[in-house]
Amino acid sequence: MAKQVLGCAQDDKQFMKVTEKDVAYVADLSNLELTEEERAHMVRDLNSILDYIDRLNQLDTTDIEPMAQVSDRYVVDASKSANERSASVAREDLLFGLRPSLPHQEALANAPDADDDFFKVPKVIER
Amino acid sequence: MDLNLLTIDSARSAIQERKTTSMSLVESFYSRIQKEDSAIGAYLTLTKERALEQADRIDRMAAEGKPLPPLGGVPVAIKDVMCTRGVRTTAGSKILENFIPPHDSTAVARLEAAGAVVLGKANCDEFAMGSSNENSAFHPVRNPRDSSRVPGGSSGGSAAAVAADMAVVALGSDTGGSIRQPASFCGVVGLMPTYGRVSRYGLIAFASSLDHIGPLAKTVTDAALVLRTIAGRDPMDSTSADVPVPDYIAALNHPVSGLRIGVAKEYFGDGLDSEVRKAVEDAIQALARLGCEVVSVSLPHTEYAIPTYYIVATAEASSNLARFDGVRYGYRAKQARTLSDMYRRTRDEAFGAEVKRRIMLGTYALSAGYYDAYYLKAQKVRTLLTRDFDEAFKKVDAIVTPTCPTAAFKLGEKVNDPLAMYLADIYTVTADLAGIPGISIPCGKTRENLPIGLQILGKHFDEATILRVANAYESAGRN
Repeated sequence: MAKQVLGCAQDDKQFMKVTEKDVAYVADLSNLELTEEERAHMVRDLNSILDYIDRLNQLDTTDIEPMAQVSDRYVVDASKSANERSASVAREDLLFGLRPSLPHQEALANAPDADDDFFKVPKVIER
Repeated sequence: MDLNLLTIDSARSAIQERKTTSMSLVESFYSRIQKEDSAIGAYLTLTKERALEQADRIDRMAAEGKPLPPLGGVPVAIKDVMCTRGVRTTAGSKILENFIPPHDSTAVARLEAAGAVVLGKANCDEFAMGSSNENSAFHPVRNPRDSSRVPGGSSGGSAAAVAADMAVVALGSDTGGSIRQPASFCGVVGLMPTYGRVSRYGLIAFASSLDHIGPLAKTVTDAALVLRTIAGRDPMDSTSADVPVPDYIAALNHPVSGLRIGVAKEYFGDGLDSEVRKAVEDAIQALARLGCEVVSVSLPHTEYAIPTYYIVATAEASSNLARFDGVRYGYRAKQARTLSDMYRRTRDEAFGAEVKRRIMLGTYALSAGYYDAYYLKAQKVRTLLTRDFDEAFKKVDAIVTPTCPTAAFKLGEKVNDPLAMYLADIYTVTADLAGIPGISIPCGKTRENLPIGLQILGKHFDEATILRVANAYESAGRN
C-alpha cells in the first residue's frame, strides 16, 4: 500500500516538467529571487502553461524554417536573401548619428543614484 | 458641445470655424475626466500644461485664419507605454513609477505635429502584459459600459477613455490583441496596423517581433485618420518599413461590392459564446448584402497560436525586460549589499506577478536544453501559422472573425488562472504572429448590453482594404 502511494507520487513528479529546483535555477538566470510562496505558485503556473504548450509537439516541423522576424518574410525585394534585405535598412555611418547624444545631466537625471559624472551602484566585487 | 458626438473632423472644423476654441474643448474634456475617471481609472497621468500649450498654438492658428493641420485641436490619450518627453511614463509598472523620459516616441511626436492635444497617459497592464487591465501596478480600469467588468487589456485605459468620451481618440499597443480585444470589450474601433507600418521608437518594448502601435477611436474614419498621421518609415526604428502610405481616407469610400471575404471555421469552434457567434454571423450576412462574396477559407494551425505566442512573446520579453536593473532609471531596492543583490531585490520588489511569470517562462524556454524544444519549435509553428494566412489570402481580400470568444468578463474572474486569461486572446494573437493588420469594430450587443466586436484581418500592408470593409459595415449600420 505504502509502496503504491510512493509510486504514485513518483509518477506525479515525472509528469511535472518544472520542479522547485528548476524554478530556483531559472529565477537565478532571470535575476529574480522570488519568495517561497512565489516559487510555489510559479511551479504550479509554469507546469500548467507548459502542459498546454505541449500541444505544439503534435505538429511535425522537421523541414520548416523558423520565423524570427515578420520582416524576414516580406517588406522588401524577395529576390534577395534575408541578410541582404536586413542590410538594406542599415543607414549610412554618420559622425554624429541621427541626433545628438543626450546631454550628460539629462542622461543621469533618472538614475536612482548618481554623482556629476557616473551612475552609482553598490559594491561590485564581493568578498 | 456634445463630447460623445465629437470626431476628429467635427472637433477640428468647430475650432477652425471658431465655433469653439481648442482651449475650451480641452477644458471640457478635463472636467469630464475629473467627474468620471475616479470611477473608471482610465488615466494614470494628466498632461494639462502640455495640453494647454498645444491648444493655445492651435487657437492662434485658427484666430489668424490659417488652415489647421489634420488633427488640429483633437484631444487624445496615449497608452502609458509610449515615452513622452518630460512626462512620467510608467508602463503600468512600479519599476518605472518615477521615470521621466528625455524623448518623445515617434507616434506621439507625429500626432502632436499634426495638431493633436495630448490630454494624458492611459492606464494599461504592466508592460502591456495582460488581457483585463488588472495587472496595472497602480489601479485596474473599469469598463465604462458596465463597471463590474474589465475593459480588456492591455490597452484598457485607452479603450475606456474613448468609450467614456474622455478622449476623441487614443493610441494603444498590440502584441497579442491588446488594441483589438479592449476595443471589442468597450464597444469602440481598434486598429492594429501591419508589423512595420508604424514606428515603435519610444515604445517601451514587450516583444519586439510582435509589438505594434495603433489607434482606438469611435469611428473607422477616425482610426484611418490617426493611422495616416503616424504611419511610415522612421529612421529611428530600423523595423519600420519603407513602404508608401496610401491615402486611407480616399480608400474608405470605395465600394466593397465584389470583395471576397473569407470566413474560417477555426474561429467559430468550441468556446465561442453563442451570442457573439450570432452577432458575427449577422455581420457576415450584412457584408454579403453589401455585395461582398463570402468564401470559406481554412486556417488549420489556429489552435496552435496561443501556445506559440506564449513562447515567442515571453522569450522576447525576458530579454527586453533584462534592462530594468535599478541602475540607469526606475526603482531601486534600498539597502542592497552588493550589485547582484541590488538587481534581484529591485526586480523582486518592483515587478508584478504576471511580469515575473512571463520572465520566468521566457527564460525557461530559452535556457540550455529547452531552447530547441520550446523556442525553436514555436518559431517553426509561427511559420506554419503565417503560411495559413498566405494561402487564405490567395483566395480572399479580407478575413472576418469574432474579435474575442466572449464579451467583457467580470473583474477578478480570471485573475487567478493565467491560462484562462491567455485564452481571451485566442482570435487575436494569430495576426500579431503573422504580422498582418487587423481591426475590431462594434457589431451589436449581448442581452446584457455588452458590446461585441467583429474582427477584420487583411494582407500585409493592406490596411486600406480592412478599413474600407469596416467603414462599409459601420455606415450600413448607421443608415
